[in-house]
Amino acid sequence: MGRLKGAVLLTAGLAAMLLLGGCGGEKESLTVINYGMYLEESVIEGFENETGIEIKYEEAPTPEEMYTKYKSGAIEYDLLCTSEYMLQKLMDEGELVKVDFKQMEHYDNISEEFWDFVRSFDPENAYVMPYFWGTVGLLYDSEKTNGPLHSWDVLFDGSYAGDFIMPNSMRDAYMIALKYLGYSLNTTDEKELREAQELLLTQKPDVSAYLVDEARDEVLAGNAAIAAVYSGEAYYAYAEDPRFQYCIPDEGSNLWIDCFAVTKQCRNTENALKFLDYLCREDNARMNYDYVKYASPFKSMIESYGEEEKNSDAINPSPEKINNCEIFAPLPQETTDLMGELWKELKAQ
Amino acid sequence: MKRRSILAGPYILWIIGFTVIPLFFLVKYALTDRNGLFTLENIFAMFEPVHLKALVFSTEVAVLCTAICIVLSYPLVLSLKRLGLDKQSFSLYMLILPMWINFILRLLAWQMILSNNGILNYFLTSIGLRPLAIANSRTAIMIGIVYDYLPYMVLAIYNAVAEINEDIIEAARDLGAGGFLVFFRIILPLSVPGLLSGIVMVFVPSMTSFVTANILGGGKEQLIGNVIEEEFMTTMNWNLGSGLSLILMVFVLISMTFTARNESYEKESKIW
Repeated sequence: MGRLKGAVLLTAGLAAMLLLGGCGGEKESLTVINYGMYLEESVIEGFENETGIEIKYEEAPTPEEMYTKYKSGAIEYDLLCTSEYMLQKLMDEGELVKVDFKQMEHYDNISEEFWDFVRSFDPENAYVMPYFWGTVGLLYDSEKTNGPLHSWDVLFDGSYAGDFIMPNSMRDAYMIALKYLGYSLNTTDEKELREAQELLLTQKPDVSAYLVDEARDEVLAGNAAIAAVYSGEAYYAYAEDPRFQYCIPDEGSNLWIDCFAVTKQCRNTENALKFLDYLCREDNARMNYDYVKYASPFKSMIESYGEEEKNSDAINPSPEKINNCEIFAPLPQETTDLMGELWKELKAQ
Repeated sequence: MKRRSILAGPYILWIIGFTVIPLFFLVKYALTDRNGLFTLENIFAMFEPVHLKALVFSTEVAVLCTAICIVLSYPLVLSLKRLGLDKQSFSLYMLILPMWINFILRLLAWQMILSNNGILNYFLTSIGLRPLAIANSRTAIMIGIVYDYLPYMVLAIYNAVAEINEDIIEAARDLGAGGFLVFFRIILPLSVPGLLSGIVMVFVPSMTSFVTANILGGGKEQLIGNVIEEEFMTTMNWNLGSGLSLILMVFVLISMTFTARNESYEKESKIW
């Protein structure tokens, strides 16, 4: 029995070694969380080489999962990049800190238009820095559809049963149904949400799959004719082969902007700003754009757009199309809970 | 004896760090609500139709997959038994080889094989058959699970069958028993311990898996594991997620005691 103590001591010793081991090495670092395939790797390497600050890079597929990862507190993130409604939620919860973006050397490379855009939820431009923006729409293989698409109804009328992909992201899925029904995508009306639910439940047998990051590749691989995707995914597909077209449906859709923000867990705001500044630099903005293929808020990029990009709804949508779109707002907890319940019911059907 | 308890140190550390502490948190979350107040709601939530449905579906899938694994394993094991020793170990090696590759990669390979425009359908259409629509379905998930866990079943049964005394089988044959009778009266009853541990090793993980359903189910089919994952990752309701996990754990434990009870008096040839 006395020896059990020995075992316990040994255990404690090992545990202490593990804990201490985690504290070694005082190299400066930044922990960044971002969406998948949303930052060119060589940009990270370039930053590390130029500044000597190590980047610990994490990914999450949806805003909700990013929020969970952030909130779980297992890892302390210095910087995060997510969508406007999640940023608002984090701001409201006091998770983000104010920084002076004007300090950045390449501050001017972000078009004034986009600082304006984010002012709708960050009135002093103190919390978030625009990174990429876009819409949600239909990516389709024009050789498989009957002519160009212009409405969400192809997802609901059964004409492409088994041949289209819906987003596996709660708010995006309900956004499509709500917009198709002519409601606001920020509705808190239970009746409207239940109506959207009915629609999605009837639609489910026709859905080929619910996907986020893989949706575009499934269309490219010919496994589905249509997918509801973020605009950049569509431009990437178009760049691979022009037969892959994109449309922002006439009923309207979601206009979104993804931004970087500094969290209250950040250990070194100056380094965080250095990283953001680095992203704004012309060459890095270009490298990221070439990799990600989403619409850029950087002046240097916008000025360099070619004819194809200017004419593309995915990169440069017309003002009429944009006016038809809405931005997500954070929902009250009851609505989030209700939507969560409905989503679970839909997925279990 | 004294030295042994010191040697058990790492194991105790392991158990405390990765079983006891997590379990404590799981129970704590399961029995509280978002505000940290005691509640049994998360436990009873399993009986809500949405969750019950996922649980029933998971059980169906797990039972079916286990059954398929058994049916596939016996012929394989019996033919292995007939091979010479070197061929036997080579065949077992081939069976285990794919397990060296990360199982997510293997599932992604299945995704490519089964997709609408995938390898299987290319093959079918090129020999003039109609393409199959098994991508993102229950069938696809089950193919993935059976593929993943079949080796465990084969190894467990193989261990038991290899121990059967050849003389007994020969005696049966001498007394006029055919292959069929030998199998059902001798090989099957004598391999029950291995079969049972095989069942546990296939049933439990297939009951609780969610990655397979994520990758091969296209997000359309929800096993109970997927429901729990969504509670943790998307809805961020850790309390409900923990409650469901706890009940699932109890459910799995009950199904395990069911096999353990039969096992206690059997000779040990189980490998878990």
